[in-house]
Amino acid sequence: MNVEILARAQFALTVMFHYLFPPLTIGLGGLLVLMEWRYLRTGDPLYESLTKFWTKIFALNFALGVATGIVMEFQFGTNWASYSRYVGDIFGSALAAEGIFAFFLESVFLGVMIFGWNKVSKRMHFFSTCMVALGAVLSSVWIIVANSWQQTPAGFVIRNGRAELTDFAAAVFNPSTVHRLVHVWIGAYILAAFFVMGVSAWYILKNRHVEAAKTSFRLALVMGLVASLLAPLSGDGHGRNVAQYQPAKMAAMEGHFVTGTGATPIYLFGFPDVKSQTVKGGVAIPGLLSFLVHRDFKTPVTGLDKFPRADWPPVALTFQTFHAMVALGLLFILLTVAALFWRWRGTLFEKRWLLWVFVLAVPLPYLANQLGWVAAEVGRQPWVVYGLLRTGDALSKSVTAGQVLGSIIMFGVIYALLFAVWLYILLDKIRQGPEPVNGGAQ
Amino acid sequence: MNLNELWFVLLGVLLAGYAILDGFDLGVGILHLFTRKDEERRILLNSIGPLWDGNEVWLVTFGGALFAAFPHAYATVFSGFYTAFMLLLLALILRAVSMEFRSKKESRAWRRLWDVLFGAGSGVAALLFGVAVGNSMRGMPIGADMEFKGGFLDLLHPYTVLVGLFVVSLFAMHGAIYLHLKTTGELQQRIQGWIRCSFWVFVALYALTTIYTLVDVPLATRNFGMMPLAWGVAAFNVLAIANIPRAIRRGRPVYAFVSSSATIAGLVLLLGIALFPELVHSTLTDGVSLDIYNAASSPKTLAIMAVIAAVGMPLVIVYTGVIYWVFRGKVELGKFSY
Repeated sequence: MNVEILARAQFALTVMFHYLFPPLTIGLGGLLVLMEWRYLRTGDPLYESLTKFWTKIFALNFALGVATGIVMEFQFGTNWASYSRYVGDIFGSALAAEGIFAFFLESVFLGVMIFGWNKVSKRMHFFSTCMVALGAVLSSVWIIVANSWQQTPAGFVIRNGRAELTDFAAAVFNPSTVHRLVHVWIGAYILAAFFVMGVSAWYILKNRHVEAAKTSFRLALVMGLVASLLAPLSGDGHGRNVAQYQPAKMAAMEGHFVTGTGATPIYLFGFPDVKSQTVKGGVAIPGLLSFLVHRDFKTPVTGLDKFPRADWPPVALTFQTFHAMVALGLLFILLTVAALFWRWRGTLFEKRWLLWVFVLAVPLPYLANQLGWVAAEVGRQPWVVYGLLRTGDALSKSVTAGQVLGSIIMFGVIYALLFAVWLYILLDKIRQGPEPVNGGAQ
Repeated sequence: MNLNELWFVLLGVLLAGYAILDGFDLGVGILHLFTRKDEERRILLNSIGPLWDGNEVWLVTFGGALFAAFPHAYATVFSGFYTAFMLLLLALILRAVSMEFRSKKESRAWRRLWDVLFGAGSGVAALLFGVAVGNSMRGMPIGADMEFKGGFLDLLHPYTVLVGLFVVSLFAMHGAIYLHLKTTGELQQRIQGWIRCSFWVFVALYALTTIYTLVDVPLATRNFGMMPLAWGVAAFNVLAIANIPRAIRRGRPVYAFVSSSATIAGLVLLLGIALFPELVHSTLTDGVSLDIYNAASSPKTLAIMAVIAAVGMPLVIVYTGVIYWVFRGKVELGKFSY
């Protein structure tokens, strides 16, 4: 097997495993700030119990996020040394800024947040929770800056065979940073909201911690509803951005092979076939892709035929992951609107089937977040820095296939173990539930 | 001082910060293997519970800063040390999750498993850091294309293994002194014994490493002629080490901890003096050494990163200070402990 495939597989494995944890901590951080704020204002022991319970869940996920995140920080150097030499100016700066501005903030105040309940005042504790939530958000900012620069590089010049920084602000606010950042945040908030709703629904179904569960569900529903409704708006802006700056990725996401002269349809589903350059077994809406990209129903959207065959991303994978993400996004709207409807009717917590749907829906936003990233990263291929550096030229020259294979096996075994233990402890904590308020009554 | 020199110094500061702070919690992890009762283990874990994560960020930030300021050094070293770094990552991952997982279950077998992984992870991490330092003192086979030309076993020379063991003993001693500050009663008595024991092992390995370095590693002292101050640093180091047993005997463990921290800072400074202006010395005659100029980012990046550090690091120091203040004093096990 060649080093490139192995190194890419290792990156996919380690980054996808890592990304099981940060979205929950980003979204749950926001909810914790809300809950503890209520507690601080009202002194209501229910909110105290809720804050402490969700903090435990937060802490477990945060620990896994840190442990798996350190791999990401060093993997650019170990597996992608040529890439690191090429982009150190910009990509390295973003990672260093993430450390200085975000990691210190969140990890230091996390100590107070978890261990400091009896050590500091309530206000100081609330402040610490805010800082941890802020740190999680800042961390996402810098890593998205780094990733977006790979997608739509800006603010640099190629000199000495590497990308040298010329304009820091332009590199940070490159054309896709803001779109991607907003979409990532929305994904994280949906994930955390569905997580909290799912756990709460389970408590209501089991008739345990009912008051606490209803309160958590209501709070999370607001967050989940708003985020789910914003997702397609942000997705639309992000999609037009992709069409403008990474047209080959857009064509792959939509299985759009031939540019043509007239309106471009959009496929709701189907199976793009590279050989025949058609989408098989699909259902298309005429002109809709033209409208989404150009805001008129007639102008053709650039197809894959405008790019040399060597510059095509893998079409089927990009198409399917992207479409599955969109379908899940629509499902999240449906579910949150349904919940809102019955909440308005006052019978939400009696609809046992709907509560079961929410319990079973917990993994879906995880899936949607992963699918979105696969579409974004696979769609960027064959480039590691879009249009500048090919993935095959980004590898470490001194690293052999055997070494990479060895480390993949190592990470595979360890991550399988960690996943099992994480799930076991997570379910255990959920089974224990929040501390009963007023000593006993649930 | 130009920007390249500034970043050489800043990386030294980050490395010293890491070695001092994570040094004691790695040391606590190593000593964890020598405890007897569950309660003692929990006291050890909780003495570093709120702090270790922030300490490890110094390493992550060191990595990011090296990537940004000297990308060629980052790329060469990390790809060259591939297998060693994978082992280090494994150790750091296991160590981190062990702390989180360990006390979540009552089962003895469960706790023993994570205790062993925590101790082993801490020990292996300390050892590998030492091996890395040993290799940078000796130099490495770096080709003219800036790529590492050796294999994993080239990194394990008697000298580098010796430096690895030296760092293990240093961190164990540093951790024992830290634990002395955080414990009471019978456990504290035993920890005094740990300090004594680790101190003499450390002194013996320090002497051995120094002799080996002076005899066989010419790189280490090549700059001493230009910088007579280096002899001062070495002398200061000896005084700081001598002060450790003195401070413990007088019942002033804070001074002992300050002394062991100063020892670590002094050792990082000596490493910096030995290397300057190189980052990675090539042992090949036709190879190229990576220094703070040929491995650096553009001046623009170095300048912007300097601004980021100037804005960010004072904040980091303030809130690191705050958390050490909040969690000062002896460990008390409670509802929220590990």
